[in-house]
Amino acid sequence: MSEESAAPDPYRGTQPEMGREPPPPRTPLEALRRLPHRRFLLSSWPWRSLLHLASTAAVGAVLAGLIVPITFPLLVLADAVEEIARGHSRPDWFLAALLGSGLALLLALGPLVAVPVAALERWRLRLVHPRLTSGHRPTGRGVLRWARIRYTEAATWREFAYLLLLIVVVDVLSWTVLYWFAGVGPFLIATPVITALGETVAVFPWEFDTPLSTLPLAALGTLLLLLTPYAAALAAHANAALARVLLDDRGTEELRSELVEVTRSRARLVDAFEAERRRIERDLHDGAQQQLISLAMQVGLARMDAPPGSEMERTLASVHGQAKEIIGSLREIVHGIHPKVLSDRGLPAALPELADRSAVPVRTHVNLPGRLPAHVENTAYYVAAESLSNVTKHAGATEVRLNAVLDGDTLVLETTDDGRGGADPGGGTGLTGLADRVAVVGGRIWLSSPPGGPTRLRAEIPCLPSG
Amino acid sequence: MSSIRVVLAEDGALLREGLAGLLQRFGFEVAAAVGDAEALVGAVDEHEPDLVVTDIRMPPGFSDEGLRAAVRMRLRRPSLPVVALSQYVESSYAAELLDSQNGRGIGYVLKERVVDVADFADTLRRVHGGGTVIDPAVVRQLVRRRSTPLERLSEREREVLALLAEGHSNARIARDLVVSEPTVGKHIGNILAKLDLPPDGTDVDRRVMAVLTYLREQPE
Repeated sequence: MSEESAAPDPYRGTQPEMGREPPPPRTPLEALRRLPHRRFLLSSWPWRSLLHLASTAAVGAVLAGLIVPITFPLLVLADAVEEIARGHSRPDWFLAALLGSGLALLLALGPLVAVPVAALERWRLRLVHPRLTSGHRPTGRGVLRWARIRYTEAATWREFAYLLLLIVVVDVLSWTVLYWFAGVGPFLIATPVITALGETVAVFPWEFDTPLSTLPLAALGTLLLLLTPYAAALAAHANAALARVLLDDRGTEELRSELVEVTRSRARLVDAFEAERRRIERDLHDGAQQQLISLAMQVGLARMDAPPGSEMERTLASVHGQAKEIIGSLREIVHGIHPKVLSDRGLPAALPELADRSAVPVRTHVNLPGRLPAHVENTAYYVAAESLSNVTKHAGATEVRLNAVLDGDTLVLETTDDGRGGADPGGGTGLTGLADRVAVVGGRIWLSSPPGGPTRLRAEIPCLPSG
Repeated sequence: MSSIRVVLAEDGALLREGLAGLLQRFGFEVAAAVGDAEALVGAVDEHEPDLVVTDIRMPPGFSDEGLRAAVRMRLRRPSLPVVALSQYVESSYAAELLDSQNGRGIGYVLKERVVDVADFADTLRRVHGGGTVIDPAVVRQLVRRRSTPLERLSEREREVLALLAEGHSNARIARDLVVSEPTVGKHIGNILAKLDLPPDGTDVDRRVMAVLTYLREQPE
């Protein structure tokens, strides 16, 4: 296995190859949870989080300035309310006009700011989060058309809500984290130096003027600085989580959950087919097969009673022979419907048995700890049977190797033949059907078949409970 | 000579009746004919038969209940001859049976072999006599498997081995292959030598046993 992953990937994948290691964390929180502290601190996550926080603080400041004209009536209103609280009086119509015009301005012009800001935010968030997609519909040409669609879209108003939260909460949070951890921390660390230069450090309500007295401050600063990566990661993650709720495309999420449901229903269908095949196999075994054997046995007995060399003896011999042939054919048919050896004894027995039936000699190597979930066994058997039959039909091979091993939680099934190669996944050789069947259980298939061979087919089937 | 007393286990009523008839026809005495593994064990305790003939696939699980019962019975009565009827060729089934006690008095044949009534009766008699009879299909399967020490055998030696595993005598093998008995003896000597088996076994069953045990122990 290791030699294969080291070599340049010879497989044409139906899906991109995934590493054997767990996938790298995709958000700061995942990185915090999954990576050991040392690896987290040495990773790019603290820096990315900090950079994101700093840009949030900057964007927030710019936006706060930008949005002042829109919120001007509301700011005046706030001022008026403050005056009233101090005992001054303001006419009601004045307050109502301020509130009305303020909200109207905000609602009318807010989206004009929110939509481009949201686009900027989605781009900026890629620093610390997998890509988010815009939930906007395409608008085509025309300003009016644009306005009509944008102002009636839920996505726009979610972005508007995000804009407000960005200014009021996220921006403040970012500044706070930056100030306390990245700002105050280094400053406190520097206090011994500052006092050594003869300056006085004032940390309300205390003053420090000797390096020795500032040592606790330096210790506190070191602690703050050490905690900075964690605080930055958490703050960046909070921002990203908010963005995921408000800026990501809801439609995609719904589609995604529908896709999961379709995949499950496909798996249920395959399970149902499998159960039905088992039932048919049992019915045939209990019924036709037993009756035929019984019948042939009676004929065999009758044959003994017939005078040797007589016409009747010859007829019975012929009937006996035919009955045996039918029994043999029926056995093959029933085996094709459902290999009982598979449900009885699992892959370690069924795969060698399958290999024995192959017209091309097969070397089997099955190393499995015992029984696997039924849908895994069924799929693996199907893959093995299909690929051996493909080898027989198309490859012109003189030998096949069939390997089945467990790699962690994944069953890896491989067939390699010494045939002429050049198998085309689109060429109706059943390979598409194989890929479909394996995909149902969440597995993948690779085919490598250069002209001149050898042809290798590899299936990876996760051994998780069905569903 | 008193007739061989048989306990028969087969879940299909029609086939059970047919088999009972066949046994009687060939001079066996059917002490009991039952339909599941539980009843089989009970009947063996009650009738103490000379031979057990059992289907492997039986209620309640319809998997290998008959085999399990046979292995259990052999633990308590090591000398009880058992013939197991199998729906399909599965060498590990044969191996399990052969593992029970010394493997003497064991038969593992495909169920459809009962159709050849006289041969089947002959199989039962050989097993009753302490012989070991393994279905030719099992032997064929083992012989076909590559990467086993059997690759060292010549075509002729494999034929001899197959007949050997069916429990035939040297004389019968010689007749089947149209060669002389000393030639068969020479082939058998070669087989044992090529498989690194001790040459002291003169008894056919022990040689079969040795061969099958050896095959089973070879990791693929």
